[in-house]
Amino acid sequence: MSTMLEVSGLTHQYGQGERAHVAVQDLTFTIEAGQLACIVGPSGCGKSTLLRCISGLIPATGGSVRLHGDEVSGVPDDLAVVFQDYGRSLFPWLTVAKNVEFPLRWQKVSKAERQRRAAEVLESVGLAGVGKKYPWQLSGGMQQRVSIARALVSRPALLLMDEPFASVDAQTRGELEDLTRRVQRDLGSTILLVTHDIDESVYLADRVLVLSKSPAAIVADLAIDLPTERDQIATRESEQFVSLRGEVARLLQSPQVQRTGENAPAETPAATTGTDDTTASDATAASETTAPAEATGAALSDGADTAEAADAAGSPDPTAASRS
Amino acid sequence: MSTTTAAANRGRVLGSAAVTWLVLAAALLLWELVAIGADSVYFPRMTDIIATGADVLLSGPAWRLMLGDAVFEIVLPSLATALGAWALSAALGVALGTALGRSSWAMDYCGTLISFLRSVPPVTLMPAFMVMFGIGVQMEIAAIVFSTLWPIVLNTVDGVRSVDQVKIDTARSLGTPRRYWIGMIVLPAAMPKIFAGLRLSLSIAILLMVVAEIVGGSGIGLRISTTQSTVQYTEMWFWVLLLGVLGYALNTALLAVERLVLGWQPARGDDA
Repeated sequence: MSTMLEVSGLTHQYGQGERAHVAVQDLTFTIEAGQLACIVGPSGCGKSTLLRCISGLIPATGGSVRLHGDEVSGVPDDLAVVFQDYGRSLFPWLTVAKNVEFPLRWQKVSKAERQRRAAEVLESVGLAGVGKKYPWQLSGGMQQRVSIARALVSRPALLLMDEPFASVDAQTRGELEDLTRRVQRDLGSTILLVTHDIDESVYLADRVLVLSKSPAAIVADLAIDLPTERDQIATRESEQFVSLRGEVARLLQSPQVQRTGENAPAETPAATTGTDDTTASDATAASETTAPAEATGAALSDGADTAEAADAAGSPDPTAASRS
Repeated sequence: MSTTTAAANRGRVLGSAAVTWLVLAAALLLWELVAIGADSVYFPRMTDIIATGADVLLSGPAWRLMLGDAVFEIVLPSLATALGAWALSAALGVALGTALGRSSWAMDYCGTLISFLRSVPPVTLMPAFMVMFGIGVQMEIAAIVFSTLWPIVLNTVDGVRSVDQVKIDTARSLGTPRRYWIGMIVLPAAMPKIFAGLRLSLSIAILLMVVAEIVGGSGIGLRISTTQSTVQYTEMWFWVLLLGVLGYALNTALLAVERLVLGWQPARGDDA
């Protein structure tokens, strides 16, 4: 398998000096082509910031992102994003079909071809025949299917999904998860999906990356060796699923992820590597229990940071942390 | 927007929209009765006013559908001036508003100036316009454009600025090229606010048309001032009523266009 996405030393900091907030610190990982990877982390840990950096919507303040070898600066052509808030992401003044055709408008594709491809991709997400409707005439789950269709219509090499199913009901969520896996397999797409939901990450992914609290750093990289064919009920009941879910949950509760320095257990390595002293002390001043809803905004100060916790950001061995 | 909802509510409460017409008819009837009682030359009966109006408008030959000279020499030229100037203002206003709204600094410089210009009652500038453009249709157009431009500009700026961040991110992530940006994202998103400005300015256009015509001596405005000074109060009242009818008809037409253009809006009662 070839490498689709290569993120190395990615750092993003909002603001400057005293009020600076490091949302993402020194992240390094790669995603292979054809993989469905989930990034799971606590609320406000900088997942959205990470996704925005990868998609080129905001320039990272440090490190690099490479999409099939090309350095990402600005939004790459070969990438699409599905946002959580489908209601605001779809263009209400366009019909469903026109929304889906949208990314083809400036490509060298004839009108007939455009319509054919839109109809085709709408069918593949289970929305045949609703092209003439407006987004608001559809249910939430259907609207999110429309935005998935729109993201897929130009056949992007990499599909980024930012908490895509967080705003739909449980039933719909299950359907959309299965849809995502099916579409990913049918089209051979590479998908990087960000979520805070442990079950979802394990159910969906071939691989789960566990992020720590802000500033986000990878604390574990788990291969999900569940069978390719997954079933909402049977898979979730299987021993394998339960144990993987437990593993991810434990990781998310671990002091490394929580970055609760003061009451960190002794087994946490105390070595300080690659820590910016100013960052650490700034963050210690903030309350450790603060958990902002989203890290997309301006400087947020959450998560006490200490030398021990920052070590996780420095150079942990992911496998050591995850697979015991 | 609110008119639609209001009408819908009324329809629900009282059964049908015909009620609104009934109220209008009752008002005209009341006028008639009061005029009979008052028996004053300044306050003619409604039936006389309507009869005079019919004479003025429908005195033409059959091949012109009976439409009299007044329609072609007074009403249509007046309307053409008002609508032409308003359309010019709309084009200028949307272009200017988009440019100002898209710029991160332009409104900091021009915001106060525009608020100031908008606050000047246009009627008071009539003498200035007469000096600048002479008496004639140019002066009328200038007056209408000047007074209708600012509401359109300010609403467009507002609309252009209120494009949702998620839509901006979405469009960027889909790789929307710069040249498509305004036409495919910014203007559609701003359209509800732009239409609010257009509706506001349309009523201003009618108002300024009459004032400019009274001052400049042409069209409907001239007829109103002439009939008033020659004691033809019945006809004077007819022209005043006609302005009401024209204003209503134009607003209805614009609402129809708006419904067509903004048909995508889910809840037209909500603040767009």
